[in-house]
Amino acid sequence: MTGPQIIFLAVGAVTLIAAIMVVTVPRLVHAGLWLILALAGIAVLFILLDNGFLAVIQVAIYIDAIAILIIIGVMLTRTAMSDTARQINRMWLGAAFACLVIMAGLLAIVSQAPTATAGLLVEDQVSMEALGRVLVDVDGFILPFEVASVLLVAALVGAILVAMTPARGD
Amino acid sequence: MVPLSWFLILAAAIFSVGLFGVLARRNAIAILMGIELMLNAVNLNLLAFWRYLWSDSLTGVVFIMIVLAVAAAEVAVGLALIISIYRRRSTVVVEEIDLLKW
Repeated sequence: MTGPQIIFLAVGAVTLIAAIMVVTVPRLVHAGLWLILALAGIAVLFILLDNGFLAVIQVAIYIDAIAILIIIGVMLTRTAMSDTARQINRMWLGAAFACLVIMAGLLAIVSQAPTATAGLLVEDQVSMEALGRVLVDVDGFILPFEVASVLLVAALVGAILVAMTPARGD
Repeated sequence: MVPLSWFLILAAAIFSVGLFGVLARRNAIAILMGIELMLNAVNLNLLAFWRYLWSDSLTGVVFIMIVLAVAAAEVAVGLALIISIYRRRSTVVVEEIDLLKW
């Protein structure tokens, strides 16, 4: 048992427990806080996979933006559903069964995964400079990059339009 | 070094937990949280495959960044829809949002 394996097991256990708490705790603000812990665990796993840049991105976008946005959404809609109300629907046993079946299927597929060992990373191929170059390279990923930026602007404008206060007489 | 299969098993477990949240929760915002968990499990899978099998190109990293952008857009639009529904119907319970249900 080497050092990275021990770190993986500890962080993986924390992440999984936090994920389970996200879907089971009745108070939604607490669920949002558990979600932050789960996302932070994923960020640590990204570092274990030798990609510190994506770990920073994970913290900046997921924890900073998305999780906080979700918690603010919970606070804005608090009066609609009290924390003591039933949070799980009637079909939850069926849902749990379906999830177990899907997980068994995924594990059956994972067991066929190649037992690859990670090669050494070539440093200048994974640097931020290389990533920046490949994102705006015509032979690289400029099309998905631009489409993603258009998608973000469209989502931003759409979100403002949808959430705007309805006009009088609407 | 951590074996590749450990990452895949953990990602499968987190994905299943998120799927349970999507299927079983009544609150629409809790469903969004489940979707975030599923997207994160997929990202973990993508990065693990990139590191172990395709670390000579940056395709996996770019893929994850696109997934992040789509996730941000999805949460923004989803929360806007939920807040709009809350303004008009005063509910966030998905069972009560059944206008389009046959």
